Amino acid sequence: MSLPVVSLEGVAVRRPGALVLRQVTLHLDPGESLGVFGANGSGKTTLLRVLATLLRPVAGAGTVLGARLGTTEVEVVRPRIGLVGHEPALAPHLTLAENLHLIADLAGIARARADAALVDVGLAGAVDRRVVHCSNGMRRRAEFARIVMRPPDLLLLDEAHLGLDPEAARLVAHVIAGVTARGGAAVVVSHERERVAALISRSVRVHDGVVTGEAA
Amino acid sequence: MIRHVRVLLAAHMRDERRAGEVGLVIIPFGVVALLVIPMAVGIDTPLLDRIGPGLFWTVLVLFGVVVTQRQSATVGDARRDVLTLLGVDPAARFAAAALAATILLVVFAAAIALVTVVLYDPAIAGAAWLALLVPLACAGIAMVGTIAVAVAGGLGSRSSLAPLLAVPIAVPILLAAAQATEGLRAGAGILRWILLLAVVDVVLALAGVLTARPLEES
Repeated sequence: MSLPVVSLEGVAVRRPGALVLRQVTLHLDPGESLGVFGANGSGKTTLLRVLATLLRPVAGAGTVLGARLGTTEVEVVRPRIGLVGHEPALAPHLTLAENLHLIADLAGIARARADAALVDVGLAGAVDRRVVHCSNGMRRRAEFARIVMRPPDLLLLDEAHLGLDPEAARLVAHVIAGVTARGGAAVVVSHERERVAALISRSVRVHDGVVTGEAA
Repeated sequence: MIRHVRVLLAAHMRDERRAGEVGLVIIPFGVVALLVIPMAVGIDTPLLDRIGPGLFWTVLVLFGVVVTQRQSATVGDARRDVLTLLGVDPAARFAAAALAATILLVVFAAAIALVTVVLYDPAIAGAAWLALLVPLACAGIAMVGTIAVAVAGGLGSRSSLAPLLAVPIAVPILLAAAQATEGLRAGAGILRWILLLAVVDVVLALAGVLTARPLEES
């Protein structure tokens, strides 16, 4: 039996003044795509940042891709995690190609893969356009080019469908399917269940920092 | 790590060339600051000669801190998360940001030095020492500002608090640089001030590298 991609047991996260996640128990197996729903401020993004190993729990225990949270083990698995947040992670004054090349250079992979990824996400005609001159949809596609360039074993999407046209939405579905088909897993955070229902195999709901189980 | 520093430094410099924040905004504003002071104190040549070097360093520290803050605007939380997931060491990010700020500060210093010479006409013997003094002071200011950005980021108030944190810590650099310049004006040796600034830079570099990860995780 293969190891879970994510395993959280009683995890809690504190922000100044309050617990923003409480007693979170969550398991994600290879091939699964999980929807995480809840109202604004319920703790969805915080949960995603825990799964991305960017936030350290103050209680409970967990593993992501086999690495124990809160230990230096996470540094080894971080390059296998793909995160697309609701804020673009692009340098505004660089072109789309330069942004992808920057990622490729830092990751130690060939720039040709970055160029190919931009073509794959439908940005072949805009590679030399600076991010400040791109539409939100183009920026979103560029974020997915980063994922396509370097396919992760755990894909984390935070409201990633915002600003996408139907063609780009199909691209998101294709990317998720690619990750799960390779034995990885995906987590799709949204407050609009209908928008992402087709992308996920099961779902949970977050309410006031508590994961309440399968969403209705 | 060195590869990451090199790649990030190149990206910082390219971003600044395109944005022109330092070249088109901060340098002209620094020049204006030096221009308005003679208007305020009047055309008193001996006075301007006396205060010119001090004003140069004061403007360099105050505007220099602003130069170091630009990175907090260009490297947002989302980009920082992506860099972390790429396995880029926070120390490499500190080094790249501090190096970029140092380069930009040296350019800024060269621009306002020219204005200082024209407007204040300070008599400085051994001006060649400035070629060593200015980069050392700029590196110190750059590192103080970069550390302040990281500290303020952890407190959740990066853009507003960082200058308040940085300027008091940069005051010793200002004093050492101003004393060295006074030494040059008096024709005295300034080696001890150069060494002091070099030691301060080494201490700041170590502090920046060693605290980069804890500050990020806080």
